[in-house]
Amino acid sequence: MSKHTLSVLVENKPGVLARITALFSRRGFNIDSLAVGVTEHPEISRITIVVNVIEDLPLEQVTKQLNKLVNVLKIVELEQGSAVQRELVLVKVRADNETRSQIVEIVQLFRAKTVDVSPEAVTIEATGSSDKLEAMLKMLEPFGIKELVQSGTIAIGRGARSITDRSLRALDRSA
Amino acid sequence: MPMTEQATGAHHPQPRPRSSGQPSAPEHVTGAQSLIRSLEEVGAETVFGIPGGAILPAYDPMMDSKRVRHVLVRHEQGAGHAATGYAQATGKVGVCMATSGPGATNLVTPIADAHMDSVPLVAITGQVASKAIGTDAFQEADIVGITMPITKHNFLVTKAEDIPRTIAEAFHIAATGRPGPVLVDIAKDALQARTTFQWPPAHDLPGYRPVTKPHAKQIREAAKLITAAKRPVLYVGGGVMKAGATAELKVLAELTEAPVTTTLMALGSFPDSHPLHVGMPGMHGSVTAVTALQKADLIVALGARFDDRVTGKLDSFAPYAKIVHADIDPAEIGKNRAADVPIVGDAREVIADLIQAVQKEHSEGNTGDYSAWWKDLSRWRDNYPLGYDQPDDGSLSPQQVIERIGQLAPEGTIFAAGVGQHQMWAAHFIQYEKPATWLNSGGAGTMGYAVPAAMGAKAGRPDRTVWAVDGDGCFQMTNQELTTCALNNIPIKVAIINNGALGMVRQWQTLFYNQRYSNTVLHSGPEADSVGSNSGSPAAPSAGTRVPDFVKLSEAMGCHAIRCESLDDLDKVIEEANSINDRPVVIDFIVHEDAMVWPMVAAGTSNDTIMAARDVRPDFGDNEDD
Repeated sequence: MSKHTLSVLVENKPGVLARITALFSRRGFNIDSLAVGVTEHPEISRITIVVNVIEDLPLEQVTKQLNKLVNVLKIVELEQGSAVQRELVLVKVRADNETRSQIVEIVQLFRAKTVDVSPEAVTIEATGSSDKLEAMLKMLEPFGIKELVQSGTIAIGRGARSITDRSLRALDRSA
Repeated sequence: MPMTEQATGAHHPQPRPRSSGQPSAPEHVTGAQSLIRSLEEVGAETVFGIPGGAILPAYDPMMDSKRVRHVLVRHEQGAGHAATGYAQATGKVGVCMATSGPGATNLVTPIADAHMDSVPLVAITGQVASKAIGTDAFQEADIVGITMPITKHNFLVTKAEDIPRTIAEAFHIAATGRPGPVLVDIAKDALQARTTFQWPPAHDLPGYRPVTKPHAKQIREAAKLITAAKRPVLYVGGGVMKAGATAELKVLAELTEAPVTTTLMALGSFPDSHPLHVGMPGMHGSVTAVTALQKADLIVALGARFDDRVTGKLDSFAPYAKIVHADIDPAEIGKNRAADVPIVGDAREVIADLIQAVQKEHSEGNTGDYSAWWKDLSRWRDNYPLGYDQPDDGSLSPQQVIERIGQLAPEGTIFAAGVGQHQMWAAHFIQYEKPATWLNSGGAGTMGYAVPAAMGAKAGRPDRTVWAVDGDGCFQMTNQELTTCALNNIPIKVAIINNGALGMVRQWQTLFYNQRYSNTVLHSGPEADSVGSNSGSPAAPSAGTRVPDFVKLSEAMGCHAIRCESLDDLDKVIEEANSINDRPVVIDFIVHEDAMVWPMVAAGTSNDTIMAARDVRPDFGDNEDD
């Protein structure tokens, strides 16, 4: 099993996300994480999908099927080494006068932020790769995690090239 | 290029050429008028449908249209299949219309059917007013959500000004690339609102760019393989028909002299009578075609998709073959079988380019030598032709009935079949020489397809004789459209191959379920379910209840109806049917119930295990299983 990160540029229209997620489930793929937002062009949204691929179901079939969706403009697979990948977590950790300083120390080690403090808990905001966040959560676990919320992965290729350039030209042509 | 013959029948589905120059002057209209004007401009001559609350505004201007003919069907499923039959017979986009809620959901089956068989179809549905959407309003259904996985694309329109562009885009998407169904759901208030109509509207489809021009390097590669092969097969699918590439196919086949097998969806794209034709592949394909694919060293797939009904058990399919796979849909290539030479493109352009590339190979002295291959193929063809036994009790053989209908049919007759044994027999025993003369539900296997599809075909090609070859099971699903035919001057002919049972299911019960006939007898109640051989039992159709009486039923719907139970009457009733053209004709052929479809590859097994007839394993002279 291997994880793949797809950046999918789509028309910013209602129902597009439903078409994409339905396609994944119908073809037997499980979405690991999903993040959606508009791009620098308001008419284009970018969907970042992390998908687990098992050997006998090649990802190629899904990307080809995705390409067939009329609202999909472009699909790029971002490779680990050549892309920056980030997630965001907000985590509420049990904390009292004895443990609070230890927790704050962990927060600093991971360059995270304390965003809320109360007598019984601290809430921490952290961004990073999923490996880093996993390591941090492992450190916080002994204190007692009361609540955890995690964003989907977002990713962008390294270097000067942009994957939205050419798609935008396609939009201009059709107008 | 030696391509003087032009394909007839199926035209290459292309969007109508835009009227060049300036767009028309804006007309002040309602959304509903704008919809009808759009249908006129896009060239939709015939619409099959039923009105209802949400779509009602559209039906008012429909009445005044001189260019759009509406055929009022009796069930929305009939509208959908009729639009499909119309599209398959004419090569144009078929159009059906229904109201919101149950009207729209009744279109789901024909839409799914059209999706599986890549039929260009536009379904227009009314939706509740935009403010009521999502409130569980009366006759509300999320038809866009429901049809998402079974349409090529779909639209929800809530603003009147979006109607012309959406209709133009829907027809463009349905007809281009790999054709398919497109649904346009229009909110009632958008139909009622005032707007302006202008044609042509600009498309806004930045993500839709079908590739039609094949890659030259891949074409050269394919031509090299063809001329180097010893045992090639041209495996031809429905894509060749849809691309209008039948003339080109003939040139390519005759140039290479490779054997041609045409799938169920492609019957008629290459003449059945042609010496290079080896029959249909697949579960009920000819021994020659199935074996040719199994033993081939090269398969050139043209607009075909390696469907499980063709390949049998996939990992034992064509074990020695390299694969050239040409398809307009990139997702088909490598989906089931890896391709050695993938070619994305329109079948017509692919084949035209292949012809040139093969000619170039020939001019360089690389001509294929398939003489040893043809020796094998001819032996199989001689030893294992399609055939059938006459029942020994004097009852009609269903295969012979279908064969005679084919032989007595006027030139250019279009045949539509339901799904089951009669469908396979109609594929086997009628000769298809021209494209778009064989319509059926291939991918979805939709029982009840035949009568409405024949109706659609006849509406689109009134000059042609149209025969529906139907089973008694299928007929009972959609026969109400005969009323539509009778009242709208659509004189189709229907042959009910009445064996009193769900024949194909019964055949499987005979072969794989120890002759336990659970719920497959149609003309009798559950007391007819039985164990063991059924011959001569009260369940046999000759001893049947005649419930329903198809002759009386058809007469009640305004048809001329005949019953035929003996060989002596066979030709007479067919000729009688062929001579009547002022109303639909139905013939109830009472046939033997135990006839089976052969050859057969049992589901889930290797094509190597094909049986030519019951307990008859072909002898290929290799003795590998003996």
